[in-house]
Amino acid sequence: MFGKILIANRGEIACRVIRSARKMGIKTVAVYSSADAGAQHVRMADEAVFLGPPPAAESYLRVDKILEAIKATGAEAVHPGYGFLSERASFAKALADEGVAFIGPPVRAIEAMGDKIESKKLAAEAGVSTVPGMFDLIEGPDHAAKIASEIGYPVMIKASAGGGGKGMRIAWNDAEAREGFELSRKEAQSSFGDDRIFIEKFVQRPRHIEIQLLGDQHGNIVYLNERECSIQRRNQKVVEEAPSPFLDPETRKAMGEQAVALARAVGYYSAGTVECIVDPDKNFYFLEMNTRLQVEHPVTELITGVDLVEEMIRVAAGEKLRFEQKDVKLNGWAVESRLYAEDPYRNFLPSVGRLKRYRPPQEGKSVDGSLVRNDTGVEEGGEVSIYYDPMIAKLCTWAPTRLKAVDAMQTALDSFELEGLGHNIPFLQAVMLNGKFRSGDLSTAFIAEEFPEGFHGVTPAPEELRALAEAAAAMHLIRERRAVKIEGGLRGHERHLPEDWVVAIGGQRFPLKLTGGADGHFRVRHADGQESGFALDWLPGRSLAHLRPDSGAEAIIKVEPKGEGFRLRRRGADLLAATRSLRADQLAALMIEKPAPDFSRFLLCPMPGLLTSLRVAEGEEVQEGQALASVEAMKMENVLRAEKKAVVKSVKAKVGESLAVDQIILEFE
Amino acid sequence: MKAVLEELESRRAQARLGGGAKRIESQHAKGKLTARERLELLLDEGSFEEYDAYVLHRSHDFGMEQSTIPGDGVVTGWGTINGRPVYVFSQDFTVFGGSLSETHAQKICKIMDMAVRNGAPVIGLNDSGGARIQEGVGSLAGYADVFLRNVMASGVVPQISVIMGPCAGGAVYSPAMTDFIFMVRDSSYMFVTGPDVVKTVTNETVTQEELGGARTHTTKSSVADGAFENDVETLFQIRRLFDFLPLNNREKPPVRPVNDVPDRLDNALDTLIPENPNTPYDMRELVLSLADEGDFFEIQQDFAKNILTGFIRMEGSTVGVVANQPLVLAGCLDIESSRKAARFVRFCDAFNIPILTLVDVPGFLPGVAQEHGGVIKHGAKLLFAFAEATVPKVTVITRKAYGGAYDVMSSKHIRGDVNYAWPTAEIAVMGAKGATEILYRSELGDKDKIAARAKEYEDRFANPFVAAQRGFIDEVINPHSTRRRVARAFAALRTKKLENPWRKHDNLPL
Repeated sequence: MFGKILIANRGEIACRVIRSARKMGIKTVAVYSSADAGAQHVRMADEAVFLGPPPAAESYLRVDKILEAIKATGAEAVHPGYGFLSERASFAKALADEGVAFIGPPVRAIEAMGDKIESKKLAAEAGVSTVPGMFDLIEGPDHAAKIASEIGYPVMIKASAGGGGKGMRIAWNDAEAREGFELSRKEAQSSFGDDRIFIEKFVQRPRHIEIQLLGDQHGNIVYLNERECSIQRRNQKVVEEAPSPFLDPETRKAMGEQAVALARAVGYYSAGTVECIVDPDKNFYFLEMNTRLQVEHPVTELITGVDLVEEMIRVAAGEKLRFEQKDVKLNGWAVESRLYAEDPYRNFLPSVGRLKRYRPPQEGKSVDGSLVRNDTGVEEGGEVSIYYDPMIAKLCTWAPTRLKAVDAMQTALDSFELEGLGHNIPFLQAVMLNGKFRSGDLSTAFIAEEFPEGFHGVTPAPEELRALAEAAAAMHLIRERRAVKIEGGLRGHERHLPEDWVVAIGGQRFPLKLTGGADGHFRVRHADGQESGFALDWLPGRSLAHLRPDSGAEAIIKVEPKGEGFRLRRRGADLLAATRSLRADQLAALMIEKPAPDFSRFLLCPMPGLLTSLRVAEGEEVQEGQALASVEAMKMENVLRAEKKAVVKSVKAKVGESLAVDQIILEFE
Repeated sequence: MKAVLEELESRRAQARLGGGAKRIESQHAKGKLTARERLELLLDEGSFEEYDAYVLHRSHDFGMEQSTIPGDGVVTGWGTINGRPVYVFSQDFTVFGGSLSETHAQKICKIMDMAVRNGAPVIGLNDSGGARIQEGVGSLAGYADVFLRNVMASGVVPQISVIMGPCAGGAVYSPAMTDFIFMVRDSSYMFVTGPDVVKTVTNETVTQEELGGARTHTTKSSVADGAFENDVETLFQIRRLFDFLPLNNREKPPVRPVNDVPDRLDNALDTLIPENPNTPYDMRELVLSLADEGDFFEIQQDFAKNILTGFIRMEGSTVGVVANQPLVLAGCLDIESSRKAARFVRFCDAFNIPILTLVDVPGFLPGVAQEHGGVIKHGAKLLFAFAEATVPKVTVITRKAYGGAYDVMSSKHIRGDVNYAWPTAEIAVMGAKGATEILYRSELGDKDKIAARAKEYEDRFANPFVAAQRGFIDEVINPHSTRRRVARAFAALRTKKLENPWRKHDNLPL
């Protein structure tokens, strides 16, 4: 076994690899860019080597620097994580030349699977079901139309070197096929410098299901069942799970065996993933093979009990797999949510900044038998920068059944405290609440279909809103009871708090009588005569409240004092609650609802300074919160952001210009 | 006997009706509450003791003798806020438009005198059309009587003004001399002369809102210390502020039980200061981290945003915070921020509220407008205020403390009691670049040489230890333990005794 390995990556995956290595008694070396000098992976590793400036091309992608780091530290093997150099055959080769082990597949497998056309051919030869299509060179638009009509519409026109949705187009007829071919080719040329195009059948309403493989250098290959990753937004996976709610044992076995056959055909070893699309009739088609550890590998680990990173290291060291196909377990259900730094309310605009608060839920097994796992590379006070992937954490839950795992995810998300930047927790909660998601009725079009107008928050169910109103009233009472304990009062003339309150929340009013609370247990009686009891574990200043109704499940609520009352967040809902005495409620009803303030049609310079950058052009549509320009004042850069969605009508200032306060920079339409 | 009791009840009912149902309705239609309704929200349930409900004006001009309404346009008395006493007056717009008569003024003066005698704050809810023109000089005399009491009460009991409707002409000068002014957005305004007169005299066209609305006074003129959405929210926030303030200048700030421990560590503070010294960060994050339960009542939030002022609690007891805000103008001091902070510091000192100063200041803002605007004298106000303050003063330098601004920001030299610095602190006359350009003017042509000189200067001065070697900094502390350090410092200063030499009064550079 290796004595020391280097992890050529950053963030959560670097931390993940370090954990397994440490468990195996292997020393670790981290590498880092200047943006990551204080990052968690750097502090976790036994040694850390500086690579260069923040941009990946000058740090994490610098093979020469990484080779130097290996020499300097005496690392015997390199784990590439995912992304960066993980699927670069040249990197694996360079390591081999230096006599350093690559904790991944053989070079020839990376090469064969790296080319989309090549890999499809290999898959077809290996007897793997592939999407009908044409993988030979397409000569021109007419040729494209001819092939497309032979395959049968709709078809997908794709760049051979493509990825991330670039150079991809759907055509429903000959004209679209011609046009799509031209556009894809142009885009492929400019994005990848490779204008090879192929055409295949477009599978409608497909699911994305992938098989996890693990092989050793002695010819043993097993499949560790599947993961379903259909919940995607713009080809970016958001929620994954294992197993898939769609597969039956026969399909699973067929997919697994074909995936193994493909791996065998290229002499594969280490961990790898065969991605497929599956149509509503359970026909599956090979999509591509990823010759690395996948982001979503934890869900497989949770249902199989296999530590994939440990196995990769053992395989790289030449060990034989310690189990066979028949030993592979499929135990319970695991769900993964990717927490991204993005603003779901503003069209998922990326959000960067400081993690003013980062308190993930307690990891490990909980009393109800479910399990929480959180893979992350950040800490409170850390920074999500513009240079790298905006993923903050991978939150996984496991439970014996799918719905229990989903419920556990809701609870875990409710108690996940994340402040300082925009994040997608409310959106993830909306997915967990979605009826189609809960019933396992998925397709890669799920987000587009279920959230056609984007995401605008979650409206809580009536009983949920009532529970939040009760909690808000109890918090108010706790706060007021504390307030009257202030010293300096007129003895004998203390303030007496009423029992009758009205809670205004979510556009509704809840008149209620609230008693008790001295021991944390309250009795509540609503205007409709309904009476119940609940315990509320909360004190002023705390950001999480635990509501435990006498009958019913515990609810975790995020709490923040706001205005007269509190801002409450739970299950994707984000509400303001004000609790008032009966009289105050009467008087509050007299207040006039004001129309939303009219934001100015101009972006004004808020301070005298130098305009250092303009990030938008005339005619461009900007989203609320989008960075528009930066102004340098007192040697500090200040980023100016859009207050609302708008279209830029004209640009009134030039970069490099010195601006006065309130000078117009942009005019909106 | 029964008839007498009935008589009392009917007189009370009449007084409570103020200007009558129709006028109350029109007040409500504007989204405004009546004078009594406002007091109901401001004070504890059922705690209001009204005085002078039957007072009538004595005017016999312009037919005024035909119309008298008990109370004469202002509701006065006292009540409690969370059990602590407060004297209040609330002008009643439904009675003669809340206009101020001689008797109206006498009612206000009466409760102000009681407040000063009994050592309890005064809160005035202003909603008045101005002077009672029919009374002529009697009304003007009434204003002046109130003004004098404002001045006499200043620094003795806290005075809070809430503008909840019109407040124009001479009426503005009573709030102007109180400690805090708060406004209700869209339904209140304050000006000395209104839009019509402005138009006649200067030919400027301006709306009431632009001339003296809440937005103008919280962002431009700094006349108001804050603004809230409507009457209900405003009165809630005034109660919140009241809980931070002592009852009078002989008492310490009130203590309230807290759910927070003084030795709470915050590791996120260790990464608050960015790697690049020119990158801003949000000082509010530090304030919220240091405060009990993260509770911060900000004063003048929308004005001179390069400095933060407001109240927090530490171990349940009020502390006034003054903090440079690097997010705005790099946190520099200028005319507006100096004035804002100076007034706040003087309020704290007057009412025994300890002051916590958080420093990240690159200096005073350069510029013609600043110099011609008198930044010298305005900056001196803050220096003066910090220097004369005898309350406990704890200072934490987080990053830059350059030049004269270092001296100003509650430095050791002007009687800072405990002065801490983070390891990231740079206490120097100026930044390394500027310093090298002056010190090595002859080498300016040689970039490499200058860079080396700048590095030399940085190594020598861009740290807290040069100051610490001289005792100007008491200790260099870990950011994560700042709350514990500051709480312990204030605890040790609870018994601080310091008096300035006797004088009639000082001569602060106004």
